[in-house]
Amino acid sequence: MKPKVAFFDFAGCEGDQLQVANLEEELLDLLGQVEVVTFREVMKEESDNYDIAFVEGSCTRLHDEERLKQIRKNATYVVAIGSCATIGGINSLKNYQDLDDVRRTVYGDKARLFDTYAARPIDAVIPVDAYVHGCPITREEFLHVVKSLLLGKKPDIPNYPVCVECKKNENVCAFERGQFCVGPVTRAGCNSCCVNEGTICWGCRGMVDNPNENSEKEVLIKNGLTVDDAINKFKLYFGWQERKK
Amino acid sequence: MSDKNFDVEVHHVTRVEGHGNIYVNVRNGTIERCEWNISEAPRFFEAMVVGRNWNELHHITSRICGICSIGHTLASLKATEAAMGIEISEQDLKLRKIALHAENMQSHILHVGFLVLPDLMSVGSVIPLASSNPEEVKTVLRLHRLANEMSNMLCGRTTHPQRLIPGGFSKIPSMKELSGLRDRLKASVPDLQAVANLLQSLAPKIPDFVRETEFIGLTSPDEYALYDGKIGSTDTDSAPAREYLTYTNEYVVPQSTAKWAKHKRDSYMVGALARLNINYDKLSPLAKKVAEMFDLKPVCHNPFMNSVAQLVEVVHSVEDSIRLINELEAAGLKSQPDYNLPDITVKAGQGVGAVEVPRGILFHDYTYNKDGVCTKANFIIPTNQNHANIQLDMKALLPKILDKTPKEIELTLEMLVRAYDPCISCSTHAVKVHFV
Repeated sequence: MKPKVAFFDFAGCEGDQLQVANLEEELLDLLGQVEVVTFREVMKEESDNYDIAFVEGSCTRLHDEERLKQIRKNATYVVAIGSCATIGGINSLKNYQDLDDVRRTVYGDKARLFDTYAARPIDAVIPVDAYVHGCPITREEFLHVVKSLLLGKKPDIPNYPVCVECKKNENVCAFERGQFCVGPVTRAGCNSCCVNEGTICWGCRGMVDNPNENSEKEVLIKNGLTVDDAINKFKLYFGWQERKK
Repeated sequence: MSDKNFDVEVHHVTRVEGHGNIYVNVRNGTIERCEWNISEAPRFFEAMVVGRNWNELHHITSRICGICSIGHTLASLKATEAAMGIEISEQDLKLRKIALHAENMQSHILHVGFLVLPDLMSVGSVIPLASSNPEEVKTVLRLHRLANEMSNMLCGRTTHPQRLIPGGFSKIPSMKELSGLRDRLKASVPDLQAVANLLQSLAPKIPDFVRETEFIGLTSPDEYALYDGKIGSTDTDSAPAREYLTYTNEYVVPQSTAKWAKHKRDSYMVGALARLNINYDKLSPLAKKVAEMFDLKPVCHNPFMNSVAQLVEVVHSVEDSIRLINELEAAGLKSQPDYNLPDITVKAGQGVGAVEVPRGILFHDYTYNKDGVCTKANFIIPTNQNHANIQLDMKALLPKILDKTPKEIELTLEMLVRAYDPCISCSTHAVKVHFV
C-alpha cells in the first residue's frame, strides 16, 4: 500500500506548497509512490488518515496548537517545510514588537478576540521528524527528504555554513564587494543560490547548529555596520533561534 | 415559500490560497445566513517592516505571498524608488515587465488548469485528471513549466525572486537566453490553443450569473497596463496611483480577519476580469481572438468569467513578452557588472508603488526617514479589495440556486469563490497598523 501524505499550512505565504506543485512532471512521478490524501491548496478531498504530514508556516496563535497536536497524533512522520515552519522565519520579526500594542492598534477594543503570540517554528509546539529548510524550499531538497523517509533513511541535511557552497561556486565574497551577508552562520544546502544570483545570503535556512555568532557580528561591524545594524541582520530570520538561547 | 431547510458549511474552502469559510443557513426556504468568512491568521507585515532598511523591504514583503512574490517585490521596489526618486533604465523596465508577465502566466495557468478545471470536469482535484486526461494535464504542465523557467531566467527563481533589487537587477539574462525564451514562447501557441479549446468545450458549465459591479485596475494609453499606469475604473475617471486611498476605503467587518474595501458602490472587483473590462482594446491580437471564442467583451459582469479572462491574459502575456524581447534585441541588450548594485542616494520620503498582480491591483506605500529606515508602511492587497464583492455576489447568487440540492449549492458557491482566485493569506497578512 502506498504511504498516505497530507499537507497543512499555518501562518505563511504557502510558497513552499507551491514548490511542491512546481515539481510538475516530477510531481506525477511522486504520485506514483505516495497517495496524497489532504492538500487543501489543490484538492477538495481530505482525510485524517495519513502517514506523513508536511507542515508549512509558523504557529502564531494559541488555538492553532490544538490543530498541530492533532496532526502529530495522526501522523507517523511530521515534516516541517520552509523557514516559517523550521525556524519561525520572517514571521518572527514581529516578536520584536509589543504584541499587545500591535493587536490593539489593529483590532481596537476587539483585540482580545484575536489571539496572537510570538511566531514560532513547529518544533516549538510538537516534535518534528524532519526539516526542509529555506524560503522557499527547493524542489530538490523536498524530493530528497521525501525519498529518504520512504526508504527509512535519515535525510542528509548540511550542518556547515553557506560559505562552503559559495566558495565552491567561485562567487566573489559579499564582504569583498562591500555588502553584508549572514552566509558565515547560515546552514548550507541552498547551493548559495542568492549569492549566485548576484545578491547576499539573508539567512533563510537558519543558523547552523553551532554558529559562531559573535565573530559574525564582529565581521559585520568591522566591515562598517553599527552594532544595531549587525543585530538587525540577525533579526530577519534568526529571531526565534536567538531568543531560545 | 418552500419548506426547505439546510445548512452549508464549508470550513476552509479548498483549491484556493489561504483559509476562507462559507456559511449558509436556510430555514423554511428563507435565507437566514449567507456569509463569506475569513479565518486566516494575520501576520502583521506592516508592523514587521517598520525599523527595517530600504534595501530589505522588497525581500521581506515578497514573503507576503508565495504565489505573487514577484508582484509584491515589484510593488515594493516601485514604492521605495518613488520615495527616493530612483529612476530605472528603459532596459530594466522592459525586463521587469517580462518578469511580471512570467508570474501572471504561472499563476493564471495554475489557477485555470489545476484549480478551476477540476470543477468543470466534475472531479475533486487535478490528480485524477492526470490518469483520465493525461494529454490535457501534460499541456497545462508544459505551459506552467515555461512560465516558471521564464521567472527563473528573469528573477533567479519563481518564488521570492533574488535578482530584483532597488534601482534595477543584480543580474540579467543574456540576449541568447532571451532569444531562446522567445522561441519557446512562440512554440507555446499550439498549447495555448489546446487549453482554450478545452475550456471552450467546458464553457457551458460556467454558471451564467450577472451582478453589476464596479471594476478597478491600472490603465494606460500605451499598453495593457500591468507594471505601470493610473488607477482606472469602469465607473469613474482615472487617477494617479498615489491617490489610491480614495479608491480603496478599507473597513473592518466582524466576520473577517481581513479588511474589506469599497469605492463608488458597496463593493468592487479587481483582477483579470477587471483589467480586461477596463483595457480590452489594448489586448494583443491573439488574446482578443481567445476572448472572442468565449464571447467575452467589456463590460462583462459575470465573476465566473474571471477564469476565462485569466486565460486571455496568459495569451496576451506570451505575445507581449515576445514584443518586449524584440525591442530589447533591436536596442541591443547592454551588459552590466556581476553582482550589480545600483548606486542609490538614500533620502527621506514617501512613495506608492502600484502594480497589477495576478489577482488584481496591489499597492505598497512606504515612508522612510533620512537614513532610509522605514517608519510607516501600508499594503493593499487585491483579495482584500474583492472580499466585499464575493460576499455580495454570494448573496445575489444564492436565491437563484435555492432549488438545487445542498450539495450543488455548496459546489456553486465554492466555484464562485474560486473564480476570484482569492489569495487569502495575502489579504490577512496585510491588516493595517497605525503607529503613533
